[in-house]
This record gives sequence, C-alpha cells and structure tokens, in this order.
Amino acid sequence: MTATSRRRCLAAAVATLVALAGGACSSADEPSGGGSYLVWDPYPQFADDSAWVALLRKCGEGAGVTVERTGYDTTDLTNKALLAAQQGNSPDVLIVDNPVISTLAEAGALTTTDENKLDVEAMAANLLGAGQREGRTYGVPIGANTLALYYHKEVLAAAGVDPATITDWATLNSALTKVKAKGKKGITFSAIGTEEGSFQFLPWFWGAGAQLTALDSPPAVSALTLWADWLRQGHAPNSVINNTQTTSWQEFATGDYAFAENGTWQLANAEKLGFGYGIIAIPARAGGPAPAPTGGEFVSIPVQRDSGRYATSRQLVTCLTSADNLLATDTTLSYVAPVTAVQDRQVAADPKLTVWVEAVRAAKGRTGDNLGTRYPKISESLWTGVQAALSGAKTPQEALAAAQRTAG
Amino acid sequence: MAATVPPGHRVSRAGRWSAWAFLAPVTGYLVVCYAYPLYRNVELSLREYTVRSFVQGGAPFAGLDNYRTTLADPTFEPALTHTLVFTVASLVLQFTIGMALALFFHQHFPLSRTLRAVILVPWLLPLIVSASTWSWLLNSDAGLVNAALGVVGVDPVHWLTSPRWSLVSVIIANVWIGVPFNLVVLHSGLQAIPAELYEASALDGATGWQRFRSITFPLLRPVSAITLLLGLIYTLKVFDLIWIMTRGGPADSSTTLATWSYRLGFGNLLPRFGPGAAVGNLLIVLALLAGLGYLRRQRRQQS
Repeated sequence: MTATSRRRCLAAAVATLVALAGGACSSADEPSGGGSYLVWDPYPQFADDSAWVALLRKCGEGAGVTVERTGYDTTDLTNKALLAAQQGNSPDVLIVDNPVISTLAEAGALTTTDENKLDVEAMAANLLGAGQREGRTYGVPIGANTLALYYHKEVLAAAGVDPATITDWATLNSALTKVKAKGKKGITFSAIGTEEGSFQFLPWFWGAGAQLTALDSPPAVSALTLWADWLRQGHAPNSVINNTQTTSWQEFATGDYAFAENGTWQLANAEKLGFGYGIIAIPARAGGPAPAPTGGEFVSIPVQRDSGRYATSRQLVTCLTSADNLLATDTTLSYVAPVTAVQDRQVAADPKLTVWVEAVRAAKGRTGDNLGTRYPKISESLWTGVQAALSGAKTPQEALAAAQRTAG
Repeated sequence: MAATVPPGHRVSRAGRWSAWAFLAPVTGYLVVCYAYPLYRNVELSLREYTVRSFVQGGAPFAGLDNYRTTLADPTFEPALTHTLVFTVASLVLQFTIGMALALFFHQHFPLSRTLRAVILVPWLLPLIVSASTWSWLLNSDAGLVNAALGVVGVDPVHWLTSPRWSLVSVIIANVWIGVPFNLVVLHSGLQAIPAELYEASALDGATGWQRFRSITFPLLRPVSAITLLLGLIYTLKVFDLIWIMTRGGPADSSTTLATWSYRLGFGNLLPRFGPGAAVGNLLIVLALLAGLGYLRRQRRQQS
C-alpha cells in the first residue's frame, strides 16, 4: 500500500519535472541544426506552394542546404526579430521593412556588409540609403515601392481636367475644384495615426521643400495647410483621419473619387476596378515630381553565434537578389526592382510601370540622411501633428510647432 | 504503540512529499505565467532600456526615472482623464442599461428567453469583429449612423475623426459590448430573490418603484458589487476596441493608459519599453486599488 502510493507520488513528481523541463527546453531549442537555414519574411500571403517559397527552396538547393521559411505579419516581425536577437536565436536570413533596418542595426542584431561580404554595388543609391548608418550597410533591398496619384479617367474627363496638366499644387487644387463643381469627390489618402500616416504625408512635406529635422518650418506648414484645407473645403473626406492605405483604396474603388494617393502594391487591384484609371507622379509645390518615401523590404543577415554560417547565408542572399530572381520576385510583389538594369527590363515588359520606376528613382529613404533611429520619434510626432491639424484640434502652425518640440 | 509510530511518521513524510508534488504544477504555473511576467514588467520599468540594451543586455538601473518621464509627459494627464471618463461612463451606462433589461426580462413574457439570447450576441462576438463593425457604422462619410442621421435632417457627425466625439464613440461601443454581461449576472441575481417578498409587499400595497428600492436593489447589492468590480477591472484595461476604432486619436483624444502603454512599447518602429512598462504598472496599481476598495467595503458591510 505504502509502496504503491510512494511509487505513485514519485511518478507524479517525475511527470511534473519532465513537464517543466520540457517547457523550458523547447524554448531554448537551437533553431537550426546541420544543413537547415532559417529564413523569416514579411510575406504571410505566400503559401508553401507559391513562387516565392519555390525560389527560396531553389536558392537553398544551390547553396547545398535546406531552407526553413516562416512568413510573419510585417508589424509582428520587428518585435519577433528583436526578441530572437535577445535570445540568440535569430534566423539566418531576415527580410524586413526598410525603416526597421536602422532599429535592428542599432540593436546590434545585424551584420554589416564588411562582415558578411555581400555585394551591394548594383543597388540604386537612394534605395540602399535606408539600410545605411554611419557609413555601414546592413542589408540589400529586394524591391521598392512608393506612392503616386491614381486618377479616375472618367471623373476627370467629365470635369474637363487633363491629368497631364497637373504638375504642381496650384494645378492640382484647381483640378479638385473642377471635380467638386461636378458633384464628385476630390481626393482620398491615409492620414491615420501610425507610420502609414507619415508615409503618405511625406511626399507633400518633402515636395514643399521641408526637412525632417525641422518639422515646424514654413514649407512644412504649407504642406499640412494643403491637406487641412482639402478637408475644410470638402475636397478630401473627413474619414482620411482614420483611413489606412487599404481603406483609402476602398474609397477610391467606389468610383466617386477623382484621385487617390496610393502605392505600387495596388496595381493588381487597380486592374480590377470597374473604371479606367491612370497614374501621375505626386506633384511638388513648385512643380515637378515630389520625392516620395521608399517602401519595400531589405534582405539582411542577422548576427549568429557561429560566424561560419555567414558564407552560406551570403550565398542565399546573393541568389535571392540576383537579376533574374529579383525580376521574378518583384513582379509577384508588384514592386520596382532596386537595380537599374532590372528596372529597364520591367518597363520593357510592362510600359505602365514607367511612372512607378520614375517615382522610385526620385524617392528618398525615410531613415536616410543619417536620421537612422531618430526617424521613428520624428515620424510619431509628425503623424500626431497631422492628425491634430486635420481634426481641427490645432492649426497647422501650432500642430507642427508641438510636433517639433516632441521630436527635438 | 511504539511500533505504530514510525510507519505513521513515514506515511506523513511521504504524504508531505506527495502534497508538494501535487502542489508543484500549480506553483510552477503561477510562477511561470504570473509572477515572472509581473516581475519582468516591474524590472523593465525600473531600467533604462534602449533597443541595444534590450538585445545585448546591460541596461542601467534607472530607479523611478521612467515613472517620472511618464508622469511629466504631456500625454499622461489626458490619458488618465480619458481612462477615468471611459471607465466611469462605461460602468454607469452598462450597469443601468443591464439592470433595466434584467428587470424587464425577469417578467417572463412570451419570447423573453429568445430575446434575452439575442441580446447576448455582442458578448459572443470576437472583439475585432465588433470593433471593426462599429468603426464602419460610425464612419464619417460612408457610415450607417450618419446616413440615418441624414434621413432625420441632422448634419453628419465626425464620430471617429473629431477630438470632440472620438471618446464618446468608443464609450458607446464599449457599453454595447458590456451590457450583456451585466444583464446576465444581474438577471441571475434577481432569480435568487424569494418571490414571497414581492407577494408580501404587494399585499402591503407597495408600488413598483418602492418594490425596486426596498427589495430588489438592497438584495441585489452583493451581486451588483461584484458585477461592477469585474466590469471595472475589464474596462480599465480595454485596449483592442479603442485601438481598432481610433488608434487613440485623433490627437490623443481617445488615448487611455492602456492604449498609451501599447503605443510606447510597440506602436513605433523604435520601442520604448521602459516608459511603456511603467504605464502598464500604473494601470495594474489602479486596478489593485479598486479591488482593495471593494474588499474593504465588503468587509465593512459584513461587520
């Protein structure tokens, strides 16, 4: 009796220990063993049978290893990458949104091209800028996107507006007035209180000649005044304050709007619109295309305890960013390639991409100009200021003065 | 006698061991899932973390610096005010409406069961569904609410995009979600009140209002108190609803301590873990104070 009960409780204790130890061990498991290499990307939309995953596998075979890939939601991936770096189980290859590179580099989680020997010569300098800090390069762009103005052909034709004449803010404003006179809505964009809001405001901000280091400069105020006036005069709907770029696109897709500020990634959806559309570059205040911010991801090689892994990781990255593979990947993502030669091939295959390639060539990295990790704070102050002015809580001048105080 | 003692000793020692063994899973669970995260959160708030020190270790001890930064931040005061307004308004409305509905359904009319089940729907929906639905309904330009207001000749209201209305909008949505919980708990409380009391008071000629004031309300007090306490703790930490509907905006007009804490920690490309954890801890303290207040009141009532 005693013996069985003792044996039973011993079994219970052992089971508990095993359970606890098992819980502890599974989290400390080594992420990679032998010939398998971990790749994390922000493309959860691509399933295991997609061309993207097939390409990853092919590159793995070329390097003689198996690739284990996990796709995360973009916003999720930053935190995941930081936590993995803290616990020393980073993936071998990490593909992240470009402004995140400077944060991860600041954390010491990424290797530089000096260490991993990646060749970035062919990459366009304005795109590579987002991955550079203090003269070091932390990754290779895999593709770029940016913003432009989509327009509704029939709405503009009915209002008697020729899109080719819209080259500065004055001509855009007069086009909006003509559209409104015909009972249609002017323009939709996204001014939500997140990074997306800053991303959409930057072409106007930079197009006015403002700098991110002086949020309250007169050009900056003129850009925010332009947006605030659109809302006040009914050229833009009040809902832009809460619009993400997706909801803004849905508004444009109703067919009631003349213009929508949106990105390269909507091209596939644009083909499904029930009306004719065209694309023009976002005009700068004084004319010509405004510099838009670059979007798109970077391929990077996180720091590993075993530096012997870098050679294989480099082979993987070089394979992913080789000209033919870039062309294939950027076509599926509807991105513009980061290499001039590949951009020319993209335009040759699809002439509609011309506007986008030009926009990408004129675009600027958000974390460039050596702003690096100062950018996130500046951006948060900026979107807060934009929201305050658009909702009427403050004048553009007051809103940006407050933004500069918190960003400074 | 002497021979029976040692085995008894052995059994009790074995009993103690097995008691510990059976206690171990629960203790382990509590330590791993409650004590450690809480400890880490306090530790995060007392150190000066940057992304670099978060990954590489070696964040310097900063004492109460993060709390000082938080309290001095221009967002603190509005966030605290909004948290209090949001919590008090939600609780009062949820409780009042829940009580009214509970009394209504207590009358057992035909279809009352079915209708009661229908009212439970908001409670069963995933929060992301109800929050997204509310933000569509309250959309300034394409929302159903503004369309309905337009029919009766009222100008559109910028529910989610004006600083005057954003907090009101999230309160409305939160009340809608909270009413079913209040209804269910109060309704079951009502069923525990003996029917004879009502019969006796009816014989004495009490009016409906007198019956409510002298019988229903006092006898429901313990149930009401626990409903309000649970509601308070739940409402203080409401985050997802506000985040989905307004992101705490525009211009911080619907930012509460919960959304602010998230924004500090994760809402930006460069996380500020220290201040984020500090705000989170302040919220825990608020909930704790409310809980202690409830216990004290309850003890006073018992004595």
